[in-house]
Amino acid sequence: MSDQITFTIDGVSIKGKPGQTILQAADEAGIYIPRLCYHPELAPHGSCRVCTVLVNGKPQAACTQPISEGMTVENDTPELKEHRCNIIDMLFIEGNHFCMFCEKSGNCELQAVAYRLGILAPKFSYLFPKKDVDATHPDIFLDLNRCILCGRCVEASKNVDGKGAFEFVGRSIEKKIAVNAEANLKDTNLAVTDKAADVCPVGTINKKRTAFAVPIGKRLYDKKPIGSEIEERKK
Amino acid sequence: MSEIQAEVKKICQTCGNDRAKMMDIVRAVQQKFGQVSSEAMNLIAKCVGCHRVEVESVVSFYAFLSKKPKGKVVIRLCNDVVDKMAGVDAIAEAFKKELGIDFGRTTPDGKISLEYTPCIGMCDQAPAAIINDEVITYLSTDKVKEIVADIKKHYDPSKLKHRLGDGNNADELVHSCVHNGLRKKGQVIFADYKSEAGLKNALAVSPVEVINVVKTARLRGRGGAGFPTGIKWQFTRAAAGEKKYILCNGDEGEPGTFKDRVILTERADMLFEGMTIAGYAIGAENGILYLRGEYNYLRKLLEKILQNRRDKNLLGKNILGKQGFNFDITIQVGAGAYICGEETALISSCEGLRGDPKTRPPFPAQKGYLECPTAVNNVETLCCVTRILEMGAAWFAESGSKGSPGTKLLSVSGDCKLPGVYELPFGVKVKDLLKDVGAQDAQAVLIGGPSGQIIGQNDYNRTICYDDLATGGAVVVFGPERNMIDIAAQYMEFFVEESCGYCTPCRVGNVLLKKYLDKILAGKGEPEDLDILQKLGESIKLTSRCGMGQTSPNPVLTTLKNFRKNYESKVKKVSDGMQPTFDIRAALADGEAIAKRKSVIFTK
Repeated sequence: MSDQITFTIDGVSIKGKPGQTILQAADEAGIYIPRLCYHPELAPHGSCRVCTVLVNGKPQAACTQPISEGMTVENDTPELKEHRCNIIDMLFIEGNHFCMFCEKSGNCELQAVAYRLGILAPKFSYLFPKKDVDATHPDIFLDLNRCILCGRCVEASKNVDGKGAFEFVGRSIEKKIAVNAEANLKDTNLAVTDKAADVCPVGTINKKRTAFAVPIGKRLYDKKPIGSEIEERKK
Repeated sequence: MSEIQAEVKKICQTCGNDRAKMMDIVRAVQQKFGQVSSEAMNLIAKCVGCHRVEVESVVSFYAFLSKKPKGKVVIRLCNDVVDKMAGVDAIAEAFKKELGIDFGRTTPDGKISLEYTPCIGMCDQAPAAIINDEVITYLSTDKVKEIVADIKKHYDPSKLKHRLGDGNNADELVHSCVHNGLRKKGQVIFADYKSEAGLKNALAVSPVEVINVVKTARLRGRGGAGFPTGIKWQFTRAAAGEKKYILCNGDEGEPGTFKDRVILTERADMLFEGMTIAGYAIGAENGILYLRGEYNYLRKLLEKILQNRRDKNLLGKNILGKQGFNFDITIQVGAGAYICGEETALISSCEGLRGDPKTRPPFPAQKGYLECPTAVNNVETLCCVTRILEMGAAWFAESGSKGSPGTKLLSVSGDCKLPGVYELPFGVKVKDLLKDVGAQDAQAVLIGGPSGQIIGQNDYNRTICYDDLATGGAVVVFGPERNMIDIAAQYMEFFVEESCGYCTPCRVGNVLLKKYLDKILAGKGEPEDLDILQKLGESIKLTSRCGMGQTSPNPVLTTLKNFRKNYESKVKKVSDGMQPTFDIRAALADGEAIAKRKSVIFTK
């Protein structure tokens, strides 16, 4: 087997390694494919579907689809952008996201991807669901109003921390994150130093007493849009 | 040790304290205690060595399992579209009146719960309900009175008095009032056949030759997707892995489909023979029949047939004297989740997990059940295998239409005179089918269930086959008086409920489609809404993770295409610049209630 795989993204020739996904190869090549649930240190979940690309004309999630020799990937097209905007809108309206007083603002990947795609307000009406907040843990609080069900905390706690503090319960629009205890987060063995406490893309898992350590205006996505760090890798 | 501790421990022990047997464990606990309580979850987790929240994750996924207590008797009334057309609303009122409770509630004495459930595979004898495992068909308001009075005497649904159905439905192990409703026998599934001839022919040649026969017959999956069976087997056989599995998808959940019910009742031997041939072909020693929870009333019969086969050495070691060919079949019962008909979700469920579909690749043929190479085949497909091995590939390939050899079982229901199961050669015209079933005045026909398409009269010359109108078997007929937007909305409600919730477009998008349809049905639709429906539907179709999500917008997209005028006549441009969905009175209601006075500005 060759140690290099050549394929194209939007007509640009890319070289990747066997076993890489489209997203991994694109990241290395400095091409940004919008994504939300994906985290480079965790197994891909493939749930948000924002990274949907067309592979030889067929839709696939770039975060789970392995690369293969000669494949043609379409990423930055008006059609895909419209689908991605629809998905981002869905994520906003199924939760209760109030960026103006969310401590994650500026560091939030959902907010950042929305801005990058030019979304200022979702076009669908809000569902305004009732969601739980759990502040029982001494160092961490959980706000399910902002959860996008990316599964990062589930995966990190199970397979990195070896604790299984989180899991999905329920199905359909009622699906949510639950903690491994009869009632509250404080009854789990989750620690603030766990990977699971570190990977939330939105303001659902928050470390107490850290919210405004970095002031608004100086945060990760305040200066440059999300994905710039990837695009800067392009030679 | 308390009763619950002792019982849960015993149940877990019976299942070998095996995490992968979680479905059997939680089903048994639910049956014993009418719930899987928080305490039971802790106990199960301890016994099988998993986290408590993993047990909760499974219990909260399946409709037939619950954390909160349910009655000893659970009445599940089917509220599928076809049952609604057959007058289920009146039946629902009768149940409410007789029990004195609303749906979703349990009687104050804690003995009887009343719920709705989606399609239970009885559309040809609607309205129908399942009471614990007992199926009751052709419900009427009088019958409801009798049933409730009868149940209140003993609280044991198995003692309910009813007539017996035909064929094996009357077998003492089934003892059901269900009718087969077999209207037309074709030459493959319901023809007379020489039992075990196919298996003997298979064992006389090599596994690779068996696969070649199935390939030559050009057999394609009968579940709806139509993947070539021989190629699936070839991949599974070639995949690296010591243990391999053959899984039979008996999770017939597509609303309007009930043909597998008849196969499982009358042709279980043919199915198990096909599974054995498949096991031989791919090199599997174990097969699992995944039986939807709604068909649990057939389980005892199926277990007996399996035991008969073991006694005759048609299962077990060195089957029919073939040295080294060992194969056996177990049954995994589901617990009420449409998504488990999706093959990777079915695998998850067999593994004792939530019925979430898995990420592909790897495909089941490479890594399926317990990470082993697995072939998942539909009930009808495996029956075709038995017949192909008995009669030869050429016999099969010559029937049906060019790209779709063989016959197809169609489950026909709705506004027609002769609902039931029809075994017809592929290539039959919709027009001719409608004539057979007594529905020539049909306004619309749903082919392939809500994940298929709703067609109008202009399409009645089209044919049912893989190259034109593909179907897993559901055909629902809608008469001239039906409101097709309402029908689409009802099917969307089904998908909203049945989405596993894993991916965004299916979880949220379908809720939105339903909301827009409701808006239009309420007379508040605007012309732009049709464009939003179209675009939303396309996004869900393109970006969803599995086959269910990718087909879930079909009720909307196909009615928008084929019944556009119905939509257009329902929407209108707003002239006053106001949001048509905004209701000032409703918006003020809470405030007025708190202030204990009416608004002086908005008085109307």
